[in-house]
Amino acid sequence: MKVIETDKLTKKFGSFTAVDSISMEVEKGEIFGFLGANGAGKTTAMRMLCGLSTPTSGKGTVAGFDINKNPEDIKKNIGYMSQKFALYEDLKVWENLRLFGGIYGVPQKEIEPRIDKLLTTLGFMDEKNTMVKALPLGWKQKLSFSASIFHEPKIVFLDEPTGGVDPATRRQFWELIYDASDRGITVFVTTHYMDEAEYCDRVSIMVDGKIEALDSPKNLKSTFNVESMDEVFFQLARGAKNE
Amino acid sequence: MSSISVNNIKRNYGKVEALKGVSFEVEKGEIFGIIGPDGAGKTTLFRILTTLLLADSGEAKVDGNDVIKEYKDIRKKVGYMPGRFSLYQDLSVEENLKVFATIFNTTIEENYHLIEDIYKQIEPFKKRRAGALSGGMKQKLALSCALIHEPTVLFLDEPTTGVDPVSRKELWIMLKKLKKEGITILVSTPYMDEASLCDRIALIQDGEFMKIDTPENIVNAFDSELWSVKSSNMSGLLKDLRANNKIITSFAFGDTHHVTVKGLSVEELKSYLVGKGHTSIEINSIKASIEDCFLELSKSS
Amino acid sequence: MKKFLVFIQKEFYHIVRDTWTMIILLVLPILMTLLFGFGISTEIKNAKFAVYDPSHDLATQKIIDKIKTSDYFTLETYIDDPADIETIFQEGKIALVIVFSEQFYENMLHTGDAQILLIADGTDPNTASTLTSYASRLVASYQQDQMGATGMPPYQIHTEVKLLYNPTLKGSYNTVPGVMGMILMLICAMMTSVSIAREKELGSMEVILVSPMPPLLIILSKVIPYFAISIVNFTTVLLLSVYALEIPIVGSLFLLYGLALLFIFVSLALGLLISSLVDKQIVALLISVMGLLLPTVLLSGLMFPIENMPLLLQGIAQIVPAKWFIVAVKNVMIKGLGITSIMKELVVLGAMAVVLITLSLKKFKIRLD
Repeated sequence: MKVIETDKLTKKFGSFTAVDSISMEVEKGEIFGFLGANGAGKTTAMRMLCGLSTPTSGKGTVAGFDINKNPEDIKKNIGYMSQKFALYEDLKVWENLRLFGGIYGVPQKEIEPRIDKLLTTLGFMDEKNTMVKALPLGWKQKLSFSASIFHEPKIVFLDEPTGGVDPATRRQFWELIYDASDRGITVFVTTHYMDEAEYCDRVSIMVDGKIEALDSPKNLKSTFNVESMDEVFFQLARGAKNE
Repeated sequence: MSSISVNNIKRNYGKVEALKGVSFEVEKGEIFGIIGPDGAGKTTLFRILTTLLLADSGEAKVDGNDVIKEYKDIRKKVGYMPGRFSLYQDLSVEENLKVFATIFNTTIEENYHLIEDIYKQIEPFKKRRAGALSGGMKQKLALSCALIHEPTVLFLDEPTTGVDPVSRKELWIMLKKLKKEGITILVSTPYMDEASLCDRIALIQDGEFMKIDTPENIVNAFDSELWSVKSSNMSGLLKDLRANNKIITSFAFGDTHHVTVKGLSVEELKSYLVGKGHTSIEINSIKASIEDCFLELSKSS
Repeated sequence: MKKFLVFIQKEFYHIVRDTWTMIILLVLPILMTLLFGFGISTEIKNAKFAVYDPSHDLATQKIIDKIKTSDYFTLETYIDDPADIETIFQEGKIALVIVFSEQFYENMLHTGDAQILLIADGTDPNTASTLTSYASRLVASYQQDQMGATGMPPYQIHTEVKLLYNPTLKGSYNTVPGVMGMILMLICAMMTSVSIAREKELGSMEVILVSPMPPLLIILSKVIPYFAISIVNFTTVLLLSVYALEIPIVGSLFLLYGLALLFIFVSLALGLLISSLVDKQIVALLISVMGLLLPTVLLSGLMFPIENMPLLLQGIAQIVPAKWFIVAVKNVMIKGLGITSIMKELVVLGAMAVVLITLSLKKFKIRLD
């Protein structure tokens, strides 16, 4: 089953084409890496997929809803986590989760038990009443990922979720992503860590608003005849104009 | 004479110990990397060395000058690029450069040779406001501004964070060139793969240096048997590896998992995994990366 | 020196390139002057009044004529029954009722017991007191006319004393000096503190500190553009008040500018002090507004007379720089008095300037903490 399908999705700002006719399909439960240099159009493309921005032309569906016609329905069925903002620092752990549950319409009765279950799985039960700002960065990131999938969305969008996180926590974070994917949640992730691209089932690489490559990391490496995703990326992005 | 010499620097913020006593020396013309995650104390260390913060205890000298008593001398000759983009977004590329050249009593022309390689790449956009530049270009402009007065020591606090791999690579090429000019470079990064680009590195976690050495020595000092393991079900594989008590650590590393083992042969592990229903199993003995070392060290500390 | 000029130029770029900053700096002062000068003033125009006049004689007629032909009042209706007075107020149609005693003219000439009762709506005490004082002045002026006409010696002329400097009873005479204080405080203190806090927030302060630029030059170059803009604004307000609000500058223009300069120093020093205490633009903004602008508006005598305040507030009002500035501006600009009349204000403002500038220079951080 396809949870994301786009057909020639395009976004222009004046004469500048930020996203240039991208077409792709993402399967249910897939971990999809969305790579590209700064300014390649990743953020703009992601905003359109999340229903936050209307395409200039082209069409697409996310979680079964039309990007152009039903952006509000899309928002109900996705989770989103950005590096900049994730959780309210001045709310306690459980208050944050309750809030996200409430925003996404998790039934009132279910919120309490779900919070407890989640915190137990994460081993965070002792921190239930801790203010988020008192948590180490790595924990915050894990918690905010959990909050973004608290309502069991069909897709979760992660915008550079692991920036600056220590190696051990980064791995725990990816294990959470694997778990979500095992449960059937599609994970759409951008990252600057090329080794993280290797965790993905498939990756796309955007250059100057276009998707220049889309395949599994293994196939990409053999196509470009290189050892690492880093080199694949470097070969593709080197010729970029929109720096 | 060491270009930077730090002796048992400590610094607290309230109850939080940001730096728990770090010491190191950086030679002239060396690229020294401080490698560790956010919140490890990298920025605090940089601010102390650039005379922006006072340490609670310990001494530090930059280019022979004491960071407290002779802070004015240090400010004249070091270049500093903070972690976040800190130039004027509403000034153009050229205007930013001019402002920074001026406050350091120099002109763009005077030291153009130093920044030429970098600045040439952004020169076509010199009339553009800095706020409208892409991440990579902002970084180049910030580096140009930090270099404009021909500093003897360059402090780069996470210059590659949030920057795409291409721009990161370009930045490191530039740093190598600056090293040839005799400039000492202290650079911090959370990206472990950049460690090998430094002459020497310090691995920092929770305000402490876990190790200071050349990247090669650190990697060679990794004394556990390290394997990379692969199968068709990577997520299940990790769980099964953890369940085996002869496997000491197991971490996901991109398309493979890295495991350290004790008293286990490749054949034994293979048959264990086959028993768990895994297919297309690949197990290889590998050489450790800096990231493996970091994980190993942070586990023991 | 070149360093300094480039830095000031940079500061001007920041200002000119931000639309909102430009609006605050250049449009807001004009708007405020006109708004306070024309609109929000204590001036009364065409207030509706009613009359209960049981005498209905020559004197009451003349007085009513005098009141209704003035700019301030319009006669709405006559009342036949004193019992209607309350109803008419409740309907809210009128602001003032004038009640004459019986046989008014007779009494005025012979017994001296002619009485007028002025009734106003006390729920708005400011308006009420203004209305009644206007009306009683108009009555007094009728009396004066009478004295003159009948050749009797005038004996109530001293009631006019309060109007000496404001013969047309214009409210803007009161508000313009206050608006000047407000605008200068806004631009110098608020904009300076916000612009320095912005550099801290942006991180550029970090880079500038790690440079050979002396802290004093950093401060001065941040302050000079706002200093220049303040002078421009002060001139704008003066021009507006002379040509748009028709308030003449009676006293020495030179002295007036000297006074403004002194007040600008105080305000800039306050702005610097705030910026050295905070790291965030929003905090700088809030402190400037709550700690400086509000007291300037509320406690400086601009809106409410200081004499009527509770003792505690009167005490606080003494440390509001604008209070001293406003008094001095009134003395110089409107009353046309010389430097000797504002010595006290000059000394107080001068002392404030010295203390605040010293303090803000001391507090300016050469490091981040």
